[in-house]
Amino acid sequence: MTQHTILNASHRALGAKMVDFGGWDMPLNYGSQIEEHHAVRRDAGMFDVSHMTVVDLRGARTRDFLRHLVANSVDKLKVPGKALYTCMLDERGGVVDDLIVYYLDEAWFRVVVNAATRDKDLAWIERQAAAFDVAVAERRDQAMIAVQGPNARAKVLGLLSEETRARAGKIGKFAACEGDGLFIARTGYTGEDGFEIIVPEGEAVALWDRLIAAGVRPAGLGARDTLRLEAGMNLYGQDMDESVSPYEAGLAWTVALDEGRDFIGRAVLESQKAAGAPRKLIGLVMDEKGVLRHGQRVATPAGDGEILSGTFSPTLGKSIAFARVPAAAGEDGVQVDIRARLVPVRVVKYPFVRDGQGAPGV
Amino acid sequence: MQEIPGDLKFMKSHEWARVEDNGTVTVGISDHAQSLLGDLVYVELPSVGDEVQAGNACAVVESVKAASDVYTPVSGEIVAVNESLADKPETINEDAYGDGWLFVVKAGSRDELQELLDPDAYAELVENEEH
Repeated sequence: MTQHTILNASHRALGAKMVDFGGWDMPLNYGSQIEEHHAVRRDAGMFDVSHMTVVDLRGARTRDFLRHLVANSVDKLKVPGKALYTCMLDERGGVVDDLIVYYLDEAWFRVVVNAATRDKDLAWIERQAAAFDVAVAERRDQAMIAVQGPNARAKVLGLLSEETRARAGKIGKFAACEGDGLFIARTGYTGEDGFEIIVPEGEAVALWDRLIAAGVRPAGLGARDTLRLEAGMNLYGQDMDESVSPYEAGLAWTVALDEGRDFIGRAVLESQKAAGAPRKLIGLVMDEKGVLRHGQRVATPAGDGEILSGTFSPTLGKSIAFARVPAAAGEDGVQVDIRARLVPVRVVKYPFVRDGQGAPGV
Repeated sequence: MQEIPGDLKFMKSHEWARVEDNGTVTVGISDHAQSLLGDLVYVELPSVGDEVQAGNACAVVESVKAASDVYTPVSGEIVAVNESLADKPETINEDAYGDGWLFVVKAGSRDELQELLDPDAYAELVENEEH
């Protein structure tokens, strides 16, 4: 059965083209995906991300539990409100999902996991939580709106009470606060500044409408995908899953092999780190016309790989992609098989786009 | 959705064909097809002088979302292609039945056009697809 967010009727009233996304009926675009993309890069756009799964973890040993559950170290979270991006791994070091952990107090952490992986994630978290006496509660009563872009914060702050505005205006990147009944986090999936706002379902439509009135442009999942890839951010299921470790997915920076912390998958990661992971994730740009797409073969002198996420970058005006290739592959002689034609591509550092423009060398 | 001009004929795969006054056949994709594809970013066209066979793929339109083959409804020689699409593929999104045309075929015979759908039959096909 297809699920609807509380904003479904709002999307339809705006003329959105709807698609099935992980069992949810979601807006792909409201007319032009490319215009929505530019609105986020240049001004402010918003996404209904209520399909994402918000889970509250409560109990005196929640921090201990998260030390065990995720590959990044929650000991980096020292100030209430701080957030951490991390993967949770299975015993083989494969990625069960990627998530954001918010530290609210010692007995309360909040995690946001992907929509398409909800059932699997909840089962996994609950299974691990039992030993730590941590209560796992999905917050189905909450909707979520991501407001992103260079002017996004100012537009949101203008809608808040004086007291909440003062608080939300001061939170640093990758941190959150509460106020006006909202959970306001300075996080996102576009590479732009902005807020992700968790709002009680009953108030979500009113907030959405007030954001529109404040000049925030609704944007669909199509723009969300091109924005996150330009920003060099992974998409679960496309760039990583249980069959790869964080090291093979460009996520080594999210793994903390800190002293004495026994997290799930650690042993495999340690041996992989010592021996070197067999594959790696690289960023590609194609200067020729055409679009790199998921599943295309990537030919390198060290052997074949494949395109993971690939798309047309509206900011650059050309195609960009993530690819997984043999670890020995260098920068030279990389080609992509597009409809039986081998097209040369350039290996580049990502993010592909920074501050609204192509990053140096891209 | 753009009004379908009455002088067009359609393939079930969403290409349109129009017989010009000089007898050549102009080919494009339907407004319905462009709306399914979304923002177009790249068009690969045949070359002038190519011989094409009805029902064969001879162009590719790529949107942010997907790449799609374009089939020619008639056989013959390509006598013109819409070069302006190289820089402005979005023209197809904006005017699928006009400035967004793809190529022109000098057809050997008109018989193949008889196989195509008239605007009403095509509109019905689209209607049924949407339900």
